[in-house]
Amino acid sequence: MLSFIIRRIALMVPTLLGVAVLTFFLLRVVPGDVVEVKLRSDGASVTQATVQAERVRLGLDRPLVNQFGSWMGGLVTGDLGTSMWTGRPVSQEIGVRLSLTLQVAVMAAIIAVVIAVPLGTLSALFRDTWLDYAVRIFTIAGLAVPSFWLGMLIVLSLLTVFHWSPPVTYTPFWRDPVQNMSQLIWPALAVGYRYAAVVARMVRSSVLEVLREDYIRTARAKGVWESHVVVRHAMRNAMLPAVTVVGLEFAFLIGGLVVTEQVFNLNGIGRLFVEAVTRSDFVLVQALIMFLALVFVVTNLVVDLLYGVLDPRVRPGA
Amino acid sequence: MSGVTTAEAPPDGNRLGPMASLLAVEELRVDFRTEAGLVRAVDGVSWCVAPGETLALVGESGCGKSVTALAILRLLARPAGRVSAGRVLFAGQDLLVMPEADMRAIRGRDIAMVFQEPMSSLNPIMTIGAQLIEPLRIHLRMTPAAARARAADLLRMVGISDAERRLDQHPHVFSGGMRQRIMIAIALACEPKLIIADEPTTALDVTIQAQILELLRDVSQRLGIALVLITHNLGIVARYADRLAVMYAGRVVEEGSAAAVFAAPRHPYTAGLLRSVPRLDHARSGRLDTIEGLPPNLLHPPPGCRFAPRCFARIPVCESDPALRPIGSDRQAACHRAEEMPGILPPVPVHAIGAPATEGGSLLEVRDLVKRFHVPAPGLFGGRGATVHAVEDVSFSVRRGETLGLVGESGCGKSTVGRLLLRLTDPTSGSILFDGENLATAGPAAMRAMRRRIQVIFQDPYSSLNPRMAVGDTIAEPLRKRLGLGSAATGRRCAELLDQVGLPVSMAERFPHQMSGGQRQRVGIARALAMEPDFIVCDEAVSALDVSVQAQVINLLAELQARLGLSYLFIAHDLAVVRHLSHRVVVMYLGRVMEVAARDALYAEPLHPYTQALLDAVPVPDPAMEATRPRRVLGGELPSPLAPPSGCVFRTRCPCAVDACAEAVPPLREVRPGHLAACIRI
Repeated sequence: MLSFIIRRIALMVPTLLGVAVLTFFLLRVVPGDVVEVKLRSDGASVTQATVQAERVRLGLDRPLVNQFGSWMGGLVTGDLGTSMWTGRPVSQEIGVRLSLTLQVAVMAAIIAVVIAVPLGTLSALFRDTWLDYAVRIFTIAGLAVPSFWLGMLIVLSLLTVFHWSPPVTYTPFWRDPVQNMSQLIWPALAVGYRYAAVVARMVRSSVLEVLREDYIRTARAKGVWESHVVVRHAMRNAMLPAVTVVGLEFAFLIGGLVVTEQVFNLNGIGRLFVEAVTRSDFVLVQALIMFLALVFVVTNLVVDLLYGVLDPRVRPGA
Repeated sequence: MSGVTTAEAPPDGNRLGPMASLLAVEELRVDFRTEAGLVRAVDGVSWCVAPGETLALVGESGCGKSVTALAILRLLARPAGRVSAGRVLFAGQDLLVMPEADMRAIRGRDIAMVFQEPMSSLNPIMTIGAQLIEPLRIHLRMTPAAARARAADLLRMVGISDAERRLDQHPHVFSGGMRQRIMIAIALACEPKLIIADEPTTALDVTIQAQILELLRDVSQRLGIALVLITHNLGIVARYADRLAVMYAGRVVEEGSAAAVFAAPRHPYTAGLLRSVPRLDHARSGRLDTIEGLPPNLLHPPPGCRFAPRCFARIPVCESDPALRPIGSDRQAACHRAEEMPGILPPVPVHAIGAPATEGGSLLEVRDLVKRFHVPAPGLFGGRGATVHAVEDVSFSVRRGETLGLVGESGCGKSTVGRLLLRLTDPTSGSILFDGENLATAGPAAMRAMRRRIQVIFQDPYSSLNPRMAVGDTIAEPLRKRLGLGSAATGRRCAELLDQVGLPVSMAERFPHQMSGGQRQRVGIARALAMEPDFIVCDEAVSALDVSVQAQVINLLAELQARLGLSYLFIAHDLAVVRHLSHRVVVMYLGRVMEVAARDALYAEPLHPYTQALLDAVPVPDPAMEATRPRRVLGGELPSPLAPPSGCVFRTRCPCAVDACAEAVPPLREVRPGHLAACIRI
């Protein structure tokens, strides 16, 4: 088991290296220069000498390979570099926003699973009844409605119905849970709806598939109570594909909250990303992409390990 | 648990006399709602089984035998399937009207079921212990500890050693035969009064089939359990059943004691089935007697007798529906002419068969063929991996106009040999001389030319035809692409090929899903013939077909050989089919050739212990003969081809093995003229 994890972690290295190379060189191809953007925003007239000095200060005058080398050197030692715009360490920039984004994503995932598993299962069990149709309408709507629009609806309805708007400043959960939740539950609901819809559809189809399996018939032929057939035999098997979807969507959310964060005026990873790109802050963009790549590979590893727990056939060493 | 404690005879119902029946199915009717309309899969079926008795329910696929079984336990797939009439009396109670809770209490407690597919019938994510314990906890309210102890006992009872440890393993570590033993253990858990076994060995090899059926019979006799054995295999019926009910198109057409029915069938369908099975105990007598045509589509069953359109004894009265009625004592048949049966059966036609083409030189010479697959170890630092010894030192030859049978159980390497001959996979070493040219080393261009002369017919006629191409296009493709025929010539040749395999030319327009299994296999044969090959590899070419259709295709293959002078390599696991079609036979086990002989010599006097065991394991459709045959059941399972035993690969299961067998691989030597065997004990 341990050797499996070590092997998987070792296999992450080439993946991440590939991402690093692609990111670094693609960014250099894209037009835009952080120095010009930054100095132009100052409004003052800038001399060529100032630009050149700033470029030298940021190390942009060095050959690309050289720049890449020192960036990689930093990555290996855990140093992601400093933002070209703010001058603060990138790890700090990401760090202060990560807890917010992570919390929204985790809450959305919890909401999704709590809604999707029972709903998808019921929908499969009562296939082609009004209940199934209702669930299917609910999930289709979840896929069709953009999260940011749902977010706007939530904000607007809170305002017009309750004459209340969620707090705008972020309070960490451990300092004031109520304050924290009253800000973050709304974006979590907005993205959680779509998330739940995706997972519920997966649960429904996979429960339907499992219910047709021979071993379900075997369980019934043994005289197992129908509730046990569903929960112990069918649902546990049906969860396998659902776990994959939950994992992939979760990794997607960390980087995919861009628009929703704008709607709720949240200072999270998504907004940081948008800002970094518009400012051509290469170092920050690179770091964010590497971070997201890491989130994806780690989530995949977790999903695989979870698979091993749920399914003895893929258990390493089995 | 349930209220079922009495075993009195039902007040009416049992038409077979005073013997109290345990389960009586009366006028059962099951409907399936499909998009095309209502399909009456079971139409007025009645039979009964007495305590401790073994009843076989026989019929071809789609005759309603499995549906009947599922209907008894009320396990039909809802909402499509529905019992629309009839009663199922179990110990006097009608199972069809009792509340679901009572029915649930009977399932697994009084009536248990063993299903066809052992590979998918166990829950893959639960330990087999948990699955064994479930019925004990539910029905017998055992404590977890007591249930576990009983579960271990059950595993030992079905012949699984090291039971305590194995309880904690998951199904995927067990072989198919082992899983079926576990299914039987689950069925036995609460000591039921009745076990319904639905094709319990169809997915298994013959030696494992014999193990499983012997086990089922032993435990059912020992514990006094009645057995309903659903099967299409008449040999199994002859060996294991006390009585049988033959089903056709949703109805029982004949019922009676196995001995009586086999001796003198009273229904033309039963008679036809018995005649169309290739027999292990009969020499090849030319054409198999077939039942022409196909079973009816139950969406629109024919009026009157459902078998009439295929029946040789059809007379005008057959347009009215024959009822299942007593014929003499202890028998029933649904035929207007049952009393005249079997006297009106036409005599078995005797056709002289084409003499084995011994005078022809050899067309194919396989020498020391070896195929090993390397299995990489998982992951990055996983070590060296392992080697699968799929084919080891296989040598044989095929003469012009000859059929060479290649038999063995799954995993013996017979299909790999077929793939090697076609160069669908490259041999590790060895030579394949086809008409003087070595296929093993032939370059791509030479191989392309050779492929015209070597064709293949695959097992599954459905998945081996492109579902999006009309069958005419499938056949025409090589004509156009390889032979460069124009469209008129292609059309003519295509029509000719369809005619050659006995299909109407109009079939060219059809898609594979619009055809029956037998028709699809004929298309596969036509496709193989399109290139006018000299040699065809038939890889389990008739295994997926029902008996009556299988006989038609076997006859077709024999006719084509006689007419076109083809040579076949006939790869199959069914020894009787191989006997019928082959001139000579090669027996393989775990990648190696065990025995090579002319067909009659091999079947009459098998020399190798493995061949002997294989022939013993196959039941013969003749109860009188079965009663006198020795019951030697080969124990154990196929060793892993990753680590085959040293020396003789068969020694781990061989009844005559001695220490010397482990020392060296026995060479294939000519024990008698033309009869080779690889065994040091002969």
